[in-house]
Amino acid sequence: MLSYILRRIVSTLPVMAIVALFVFSLLYIAPGDPAVVIAGDQASPEDVERIRQSLGLDRPFLIQFGSWVWRILHGDLGTSIFTNLPVSTMIGQRLGPTLSLMMVTLLLTIVIAVPLGVVAAWKAGSLIDRVIMGFAVFGFSLPVFVVGYMLAYIFALELEWLPVQGYTPLAQGFWPWLENLILPAIALGCVYIALIARITRATMLEVLQQDYIRTARAKGLGQGGILFIHALKNAAVPIVTVIGIGIALLIGGAVVTESVFAIPGLGRLTIDAILRRDYPVIQGIVLLFSFVYVLVNLMIDVIYTLVDPRIRY
Amino acid sequence: MALLEVDNLQTHFRTPGGINRAVDGVSFHVNEGETLAIVGESGCGKSVTSMSLMRLIPEPPGKIAGAVRFLGRDLLQLSEHEMRAIRGNDISMIFQEPMTSLNPVLTVGRQIRETLMIHQGLDKQAAEARAIEILILVGIPEPKRRVREYPHQLSGGMRQRVMIAIALACNPKLLIADEPTTALDVTIQAQILKLMLDLKRRVGAAIILITHDLGVVAEIAERVMVMYAGRKVEEAPVADLFRSPRHPYTQGLLGAVPRLGSSLTGTARRLAEIPGQVPDLRKPITGCVFAGRCSLATDLCRQYAPGLEEKGPRHVAACHYAIKGAAAA
Repeated sequence: MLSYILRRIVSTLPVMAIVALFVFSLLYIAPGDPAVVIAGDQASPEDVERIRQSLGLDRPFLIQFGSWVWRILHGDLGTSIFTNLPVSTMIGQRLGPTLSLMMVTLLLTIVIAVPLGVVAAWKAGSLIDRVIMGFAVFGFSLPVFVVGYMLAYIFALELEWLPVQGYTPLAQGFWPWLENLILPAIALGCVYIALIARITRATMLEVLQQDYIRTARAKGLGQGGILFIHALKNAAVPIVTVIGIGIALLIGGAVVTESVFAIPGLGRLTIDAILRRDYPVIQGIVLLFSFVYVLVNLMIDVIYTLVDPRIRY
Repeated sequence: MALLEVDNLQTHFRTPGGINRAVDGVSFHVNEGETLAIVGESGCGKSVTSMSLMRLIPEPPGKIAGAVRFLGRDLLQLSEHEMRAIRGNDISMIFQEPMTSLNPVLTVGRQIRETLMIHQGLDKQAAEARAIEILILVGIPEPKRRVREYPHQLSGGMRQRVMIAIALACNPKLLIADEPTTALDVTIQAQILKLMLDLKRRVGAAIILITHDLGVVAEIAERVMVMYAGRKVEEAPVADLFRSPRHPYTQGLLGAVPRLGSSLTGTARRLAEIPGQVPDLRKPITGCVFAGRCSLATDLCRQYAPGLEEKGPRHVAACHYAIKGAAAA
């Protein structure tokens, strides 16, 4: 098991290297001279030259890349052009809200989507199934910001059940932290819930046709035990896969959600950085998101071996 | 008193092409400790019959009518909850496909424990201990290791032994075995049959054996019921049926069995086949269901369905010409 995890970690290294190369090339892919881009519109030619030298842009590409990677491996993501703060510090400040939002969304999504999918599969073809799948299509077709504003209008402005926007750190209490995250999590999770409910239903439908489900029934098991133990565990691999892939959706959605609900997270930082053409920050964030994504998929590979004993490691 | 009395069982399925009368008015009984074989070609309704007894037919599209009296209680009238207490406890089932009938992601031990925990209220430790005992009983070596293994780590024969262990865990009064040996190697088949007989003697369960393998029938059944196109066409004690089959269909079935070594001993004869196909069960059938494939069929057969008639002691067959057929055989 341990050697399997180690092997999987090693196999993610090339992926991370390619991501790093891509992120680094961002500066060069962007139109114009990177030094000019970094210096901004009002810079004098001397400023540009100074930046070029300070960033080592006059050296060959591969050497630049090498030293950039070397610094990242030592925890130095560079310095923001706009604020002059280290990028790692800026990301560190914004990490909490985004992580909170993603965790709450992930949890909420799984808790809602999986049972919905299971029930839809169990009652396939019935009214309940059609209602659930109808909602799934609906949820899938609505953009995050539309759902976000709708929720904020209904539950925050009209009913006043939850705050309209903002964020409270977990350190100031669980409920204050959570109440700010519920609406954003639902808005962000909508597409995700729809996706997972659908895949759960489809996989469960197939599993419920299997001989071992008939065996379970013949043993006198109740519907709950059949659905949530005998069937769901067999359906878990595709569901877990989609949950993993969906993390990418969450990352993209978080940027928009944080804007709608004024959450001071990485999404906001991303937008600000892009608007200011703050390349070191953009690079740092993209690198971080890629790293998280690779890590999540690594975890999913490990989960596979836990849910399905036939998967060899 | 009969353990199980099935009265005019009808299992119909609603399909886009019309109502499929998979089982159409079948009656039979099983006495305590008795082994009844149900034989017939694929699609004759024998599996659907067995699934109907346990109410494992999804409703809809299926619909079960008639009566299935088990120890006097009509199972078809019970609530789903009451029925659950009977499944796996009083009546249990072994299926044809040991490869796919066990849950691949749960350990063997857990799958045996489950029945014990549901029906006998054992806690996990007690159920585990009992599971190990049962595995010894069904002849699985190293049961302590096996309970922690998954089905894919066992051979087909081993898996069928596990299925039998699950089925017998709660000492059922009736065991329904749906083609239990069909998917196994011939040598393993014999072992499994012997095991079933041993356990039957020990537990005292009655068995309904569903099969198309007449060799197996001769080996372990006491009484045989022959089904064709969703109906019972003949029923007799096993020796009687093999000696003097009355229904042309039964004769056809017996004629289609190859005899081992017959070509070496010079007694070889051409294997008789039954020409034609099973009728479409979605269309109403007038007359005898077998008329379309029967060499003896006359206009009488095509117009009037023969009822089940006494053709000998405890021997019934549904054929206008059954006596003649017997003489011909």
